Amino acid sequence: METYKNLKDKILETYSVNSAFLNQTNFLTGIRDKAITHFDTLGFPHNKLEDWRHTKLTGVLENDYSICIEDSDGNVDVNKFFHCDITDLNTYTAVLLNGWFAYKNTPITKLADGTIIASLTHALKEFPEIVKKHYGKYCDIEKNAFEALNTAFALDGIFIYVPDNVIVDKPIQIISILNKKENILVQPRNLVIVGKNSQLKLVHCDDIFSHTPTLTNSLTEIFVDENASVDHYKMQNNDNHSALIATTYFHQKANSKLSSNTITLNGGFIRNNTNVAINGENCETNLYGIYLVDGNQIIDNHTFVDHIKPNSTSNEIFKGVIDNQAKAVFSGKILVRKDAQKTNAFQTNKNILLTDEATINTKPTLEIYADDVKCSHGATVGQLDHEALFYMRSRGISEDNAKMLLMYAFTDEVITKISIEPLREKICQLVNKRLKGELSICDQCVMHCGCDEAVVFNIDMSKI
Amino acid sequence: MLSIKNLKVSINGKKIINGFNLEVKAGEVHAIMGPNGTGKSTLASAIAGKENYVITEGSILYKGKNLFDMAPEIRSREGIFLGFQYPVEIPGVSITNFMKTAVNEHRKYKGLEPLTGSAFLKLMEEKKKVVELQAKLSNRSVNEGFSGGEKKKNEIFQMAMLEPSLAILDETDSGLDIDALRIVANGVNKLRTKDNAFIVITHYQRLLDYIIPDFVHVMYDGRIVKSGGKELAFELEEKGYDWIKKELEEKST
Repeated sequence: METYKNLKDKILETYSVNSAFLNQTNFLTGIRDKAITHFDTLGFPHNKLEDWRHTKLTGVLENDYSICIEDSDGNVDVNKFFHCDITDLNTYTAVLLNGWFAYKNTPITKLADGTIIASLTHALKEFPEIVKKHYGKYCDIEKNAFEALNTAFALDGIFIYVPDNVIVDKPIQIISILNKKENILVQPRNLVIVGKNSQLKLVHCDDIFSHTPTLTNSLTEIFVDENASVDHYKMQNNDNHSALIATTYFHQKANSKLSSNTITLNGGFIRNNTNVAINGENCETNLYGIYLVDGNQIIDNHTFVDHIKPNSTSNEIFKGVIDNQAKAVFSGKILVRKDAQKTNAFQTNKNILLTDEATINTKPTLEIYADDVKCSHGATVGQLDHEALFYMRSRGISEDNAKMLLMYAFTDEVITKISIEPLREKICQLVNKRLKGELSICDQCVMHCGCDEAVVFNIDMSKI
Repeated sequence: MLSIKNLKVSINGKKIINGFNLEVKAGEVHAIMGPNGTGKSTLASAIAGKENYVITEGSILYKGKNLFDMAPEIRSREGIFLGFQYPVEIPGVSITNFMKTAVNEHRKYKGLEPLTGSAFLKLMEEKKKVVELQAKLSNRSVNEGFSGGEKKKNEIFQMAMLEPSLAILDETDSGLDIDALRIVANGVNKLRTKDNAFIVITHYQRLLDYIIPDFVHVMYDGRIVKSGGKELAFELEEKGYDWIKKELEEKST
C-alpha cells in the first residue's frame, strides 16, 4: 500500500506545483480543482471495489512514473517515424504522440463539409462554446478515480466535430503513439461530437511501444446526436510494458445508431471501460469486442449500457481467446431504467481458455426496472471443440493448424461486423497472424523497440 | 491394404469391439452391416484415430504399417478417409479454407509444393461435379446449416479432394432421400479404382443397390459373425437380423 500512496502523493504534489500552469484556461479551472479533490478522496481503485475485484493494479501502480505536464509544440511530422500499415485504408488521420496532438502544419483542420479535426487545447481556444457544452458532461469524476485524474491533468487530445447533416466521406483515424525512454504517465483527453443526421466512422488505434513501464489513462467522450450514426473501432496492439486505462463514454440521442468494436491483439495491461448512455428513443447500440491475450497479459473489459429511454435495442458480443498465464476479465452491465419500456437488450461473452493457467472472470449483469422488456445475457467459458478438432485432423490438418482455424472461426462472428472493408481484411490478417503466434507488437512497428539499442528519431524529442 | 486382427476396443471401460478381424485388399469394396449398437461406428472411429478409444488388444496394419503409431492427421495423409455419420459443423471456417489447408498439408507430407490459389479453386470446381455440389456451397462454413443431404455430399466431396486409398463411409446413406442417395453413391462409384478400397457401413441394403460390394459382413456384439457376397445383403433385407442372432444362439448351445 505504501507504493500506492507514493504515486498518489506524487500526483497530488505535481498538481499543486503545476496548478497555475494547468489552470491557464479559465473554463477548466473549477473543473480541474474539483477533479483533483475527488481523486484525492477516491484514491486509486483497489480489489475491494466490485469494479476492480479481479484486476490488480498493484503491478501497474508501483512503478515510478514521471507525469507529463510540460507544454508541447505538437508540430512534428509523424510520417517520418510512423506509418499505418493498413495501406488501403483511406482515412483522415490524427495522431496523438505521448498524449499530445501531433500535427504537421496546423492544429486545426477543417474539412470541406465543415468537420473539424483538431487539438483539444486549440479547440478550447477556438470553439469554447462547443467544447464547454460537452466536455466532462458524460464521464463521472465523482465515482471514478481515473476519470477524475484524467480530468485534473488532461492537457491535450483529439477534438472532432461533425456538424449536422454531414456524412464524413472517409473514416477518421486516431493513432495514439507512446514513445518515451522514461516511465511516463500520459492522460489524453478526446472529445467527439457528431451532429444531427450525421455519420462518422472513427478508428482509434493504440500503438504503445515502450522500453520502460508506461501508464496511459485516456478518456474519450463521444456525443451522438439525434438520428446520427457512429461506427467506432478501437484497435489495441500494445507493448507488454505498457498499461492502458481506456475509458470511453458514448451519449446517444434519439434515433441514433452506434456500433463500437474493441479489438485487443496485444496488451501488457489493458482496462477498457466502455459506457453507453442511450438517452433517446429508437436507438440502436452494438458493442462488439475481441481479445486475444497470451504470456502474462491482462485484459479487462468493463461495459455499461444504460437504457434511459424506451424503444431502443442494444446488442453486445465480446469474445476472447486466452493463452498461457494471461488473465481476462469481462464485466458487462445492462441497466434498463423504469421509463425504458420496450427495450431489447442482449449480451454475450464467450471465452476459450487454451491452457490450465489462463483465467477469465466473466460477469454479465442485467438490472431491469421496466416491466415490458426483452433482455438476455450469458457467458461461456470453454476449450476448443474436440469433435471439430478430430474432424479436421481426420482430414489431414495438423493439430496446431486445426486449433488455429477454430480460434479464427471463433473470432469471425465479431470480425464480420467490421463495416470498413480494408480494416476488416487487415484485422482478419492480424488476428490470423496473432493466433499463429506470429504477431508481436514489433511486427507492426517501424521503430524496432525490441532491440536493446535506443530508438533514434529524426525529430527533436525535446519538443514532445 | 488393411489388416485388422483380433481388435478389442473399449470406451470408458466398456468393451465395444471384441475380437474383430478383417482383411481388405486394393480394389475391394466391403460392406459392414449389423443392428444398432454393435460397434460399427466405433470401428470406423478407431481406424481414423479418435481419442478416448482404448485399444486393449489386437492390431491394425495399414499398408504394412502399424496404424496405432500414427496421429489422426498422419493416417489421413497416409490415405485413410473417414466419411462421418454425423459430420461436424464448424461455424466460421469456410469449406474453401478448410479444404485448402487439408489438401496442402497432404501435399506437404508427400513433399509437393502447395497448390496456388487458382489451381486449388480449379481442383475444387472439378471435384464438386463428382457430387453435383452447388457452387455457392463452397463459400459457406463447414457443414453449418447444411441439410442432411448436403452434409453427406460434402463428405464425398472432401473424399474426392483428398483421393484416399482407403475410405470408410460410416452410414453415409442415413438421412438421405433417394436422389441424394443416388448422387452420393454415384460419387463413390466415380472414385472407385483398382488401387483404392472402400469400407461401407450401412444398415440398409438400399445403398448397396448403388455401390455394389465385393463382400458383405454382418457385425454383431463387436465382431463379424457372418460374411458373404452381395447376396447376403439381400438376405438380411428380407429376413432382418434376427435369424443371424438365432443362428448364433444355436451355435453357442
